[in-house]
Amino acid sequence: MRHEFTSSSSPADRRLNALFRHLATASTESRTAVAFCPTSGFHGDSVFSLVVRAPEDPILGVTVAYNKDPSPVKLNLGVGAYRTEEGKPLVLSVVRKAEQMLLNDRSRVKEYLPIVGISDFNKLSAKLIFGADSPAIRENRVTTVQCLSGTGSLRVGAEFMARHYHQKTIYIPQPTWGNHPKIFTLAGLSVKTYRYYDPTTRGLNFQGLLEDLGSAPSGSIVLLHACAHNPTGVDPTLQQWEQIRQLMRSKALLPFFDSAYQGFASGNLDQDAQSIRMFVADGGECFVAQSYAKNMGLYGERVGALSVVCKTADVASRVESQLKLVIRPMFSNPPIHGASIVATILKDSNMFNEWTIELKAMADRIISMREQLFDALRTRGTPGDWSHIIKQIGMFTFTGLNSKQVEFMTREYHIYMTSDGRISMAGLSSKTVPHLADAIHAAVTRMS
Amino acid sequence: MDSVFAAIVQAPEDPILGVTVAYNKDQSPVKLNLGVGAYRTEEGKPLVLNVVRKAEQLLVNDQSRVKEYLPILGLAEFNKLSAKLILGDDSPAIQENRVATAQCLSGTGSLRVGAEFLAKHYHERTIYIPQPSWGNHLKVFTMAGLSVKTYGYYDPTTLGLNFQGLLEDLGAAPAGAVVLLHACAHNPTGVDPTVEQWEQIRQLIRSKGLLPFFDSAYQGFASDGGECFIAQSYAKNMGLYGERVGALSIVCKAADVAGRVESQLKLVIRPMYSNPPIHGASIASTILKNSDMYNEWKIELKAMADRIISMRKQLFDALTAKGTPGDWSHIVKQIGMFTFTGLNSDQVAFMTKEYHIYMTSDGRISMAGLSSSTVPHLADAIHAAVTRAS
Repeated sequence: MRHEFTSSSSPADRRLNALFRHLATASTESRTAVAFCPTSGFHGDSVFSLVVRAPEDPILGVTVAYNKDPSPVKLNLGVGAYRTEEGKPLVLSVVRKAEQMLLNDRSRVKEYLPIVGISDFNKLSAKLIFGADSPAIRENRVTTVQCLSGTGSLRVGAEFMARHYHQKTIYIPQPTWGNHPKIFTLAGLSVKTYRYYDPTTRGLNFQGLLEDLGSAPSGSIVLLHACAHNPTGVDPTLQQWEQIRQLMRSKALLPFFDSAYQGFASGNLDQDAQSIRMFVADGGECFVAQSYAKNMGLYGERVGALSVVCKTADVASRVESQLKLVIRPMFSNPPIHGASIVATILKDSNMFNEWTIELKAMADRIISMREQLFDALRTRGTPGDWSHIIKQIGMFTFTGLNSKQVEFMTREYHIYMTSDGRISMAGLSSKTVPHLADAIHAAVTRMS
Repeated sequence: MDSVFAAIVQAPEDPILGVTVAYNKDQSPVKLNLGVGAYRTEEGKPLVLNVVRKAEQLLVNDQSRVKEYLPILGLAEFNKLSAKLILGDDSPAIQENRVATAQCLSGTGSLRVGAEFLAKHYHERTIYIPQPSWGNHLKVFTMAGLSVKTYGYYDPTTLGLNFQGLLEDLGAAPAGAVVLLHACAHNPTGVDPTVEQWEQIRQLIRSKGLLPFFDSAYQGFASDGGECFIAQSYAKNMGLYGERVGALSIVCKAADVAGRVESQLKLVIRPMYSNPPIHGASIASTILKNSDMYNEWKIELKAMADRIISMRKQLFDALTAKGTPGDWSHIVKQIGMFTFTGLNSDQVAFMTKEYHIYMTSDGRISMAGLSSSTVPHLADAIHAAVTRAS
């Protein structure tokens, strides 16, 4: 430690030295405890001495562990990022094309965006999720703000609700993405759960869902995964969605949709937006957090949008003005690059079509992995019903494996996945399906 | 059934950004936007640095690059280079691994993440900010969960630093309180302490165990072995405004503490936006790690700074030539993008109405928004405001 300045003879330091001499006669432990008086001045301990090491994020921690493993047969089925048949990350061709166009346009600058982001991007995002012919859009009842992917959109929406909505409780499905409760809690909402997944059927616990939402206080906020539920892959049918909608509207529950997989789940953009559009068609209000991380492969660019569908245009306008007051003290205005790529693609019909083709290819490959894994387990005669693998939708499969079996698969087969038994289908390829099937078979037959 | 948000009130426009909104609506050919602090060329145009375009080309043309999620704390290379840039290559704090750095969304994002960390982990929940300060500071700290007090800073009678007031107010702050410091080019006043004054401030802060939080940073604090927070922005110095590139660095007493602090920063960031945007930080990193590009950057940066200093001189000379009443030397004494003219809100309103000059009502003008061809118009406006309106 450097003591450059000579104030060791200053009154403050003499007092400090006396204090420390006084304390030094105590035992080491109590000295540590008492000596932590960060306000005692410059020569003391760190003011953060007592900060505890936070545990590694469980989902991201899977990749950390995977990276450490030297095995040539290791498989990363942890984080939900798309991989090609070759096991590589993918940047869509249409994205590279859009990026080149932006780069080559010398008239483009890097000025601050408005607080709510790129206006074109916002309008196009609303059209994408609600449909070009949506009455809510035509009637100017939708306000859309550019945010940092899905997480950022959820956080801004939740902070807005914590400030302006009369009900401060949000109901989230059990289970849900691990980051959801933290986002809502830090935003100032309190979090409760509603039943969702039925481990016995590995499908939807629809009765439980209806009961729990039915007994929620009127006006409560309800988080709904628009499609491809994360982590289970279990979605309500359209008929079930209609029942959910009727129940929620009858109790004035406020829907907050998390749409991270539009187009990625079924391969069809409109189909994957149906649940949301049903709710908007009835004229009611809702929040939608939209992410372009997966469906445009823009993960690290952090591109997303928060839309609030309101009863009237006037309310939508006032809501927008208040959303700015949430965003400005958080990050001032959103990043320009990723949203510019999205806007470029969405507004050009050729590029839009190219995108839908590349998107469908990703969705189809995942569906194909589901079929291949299901067939491989059936061929091996692995005990149990594995049909949920092909019934579930989207990037993830909730295998139904327990944490001991998962641990076994990691140890013996170098399979990396979250301990809740969730696997990312996008991380599989035709070549690696057999290895995974072997691992599951071994886990199920040897461990219970 | 009514909207559940029927009772929401229309929020007022952000005062700083609202200036540009009003400017855009004005049809006058002589209108001048001296509001938001973004650099403009002599031609009044935004500028993308050549070295930035070069770096961006390299990145986009590199077909091996992907768009995967960054780690929660951002691009590791960017973080290391940013810490070195702000603390110095030979910084003992860096050599001793006592610095935790997280890539954040420009200056605002760095301040917000740092403030949320403090609200969660620090025992003192009050932050002292200078009077005046950037308009968004108060909101950032309040939303993060801190309570905000002010310390004397600007002296309207001298249009300079109220050093006595500053020392008194910081001297009276409770031990351990957090203190926001603009290390250089204070926004909005452009008034900075001298090197000697900084040393006095540093000694006072250290003697009372106050925790410095820099919006940008000052070398002396980082090398005295003590702890501090630094919010770094590349918006202005690399012209990366809309890309939102910045870093929060926390200089700690020990490497072990820095490691634990870093782990806890992730818990602040993850529920806010998960991980930061890749593009802008990659540009900054590309430039910082390549010595040729780094030198190119320094040259372009100096050119921007020199043009602003030249605008100060030209405006001062113009007012002197007009014999505009008052002492206008603060225009050349103040530093950075802004000048606190000393004009009051009535005079500002007059200048907007009669001369189509757009600026914030506190009398702050962005020198970057001026050019040799527009200085005369501004000088006319100031002269008129001072001699006609009160």
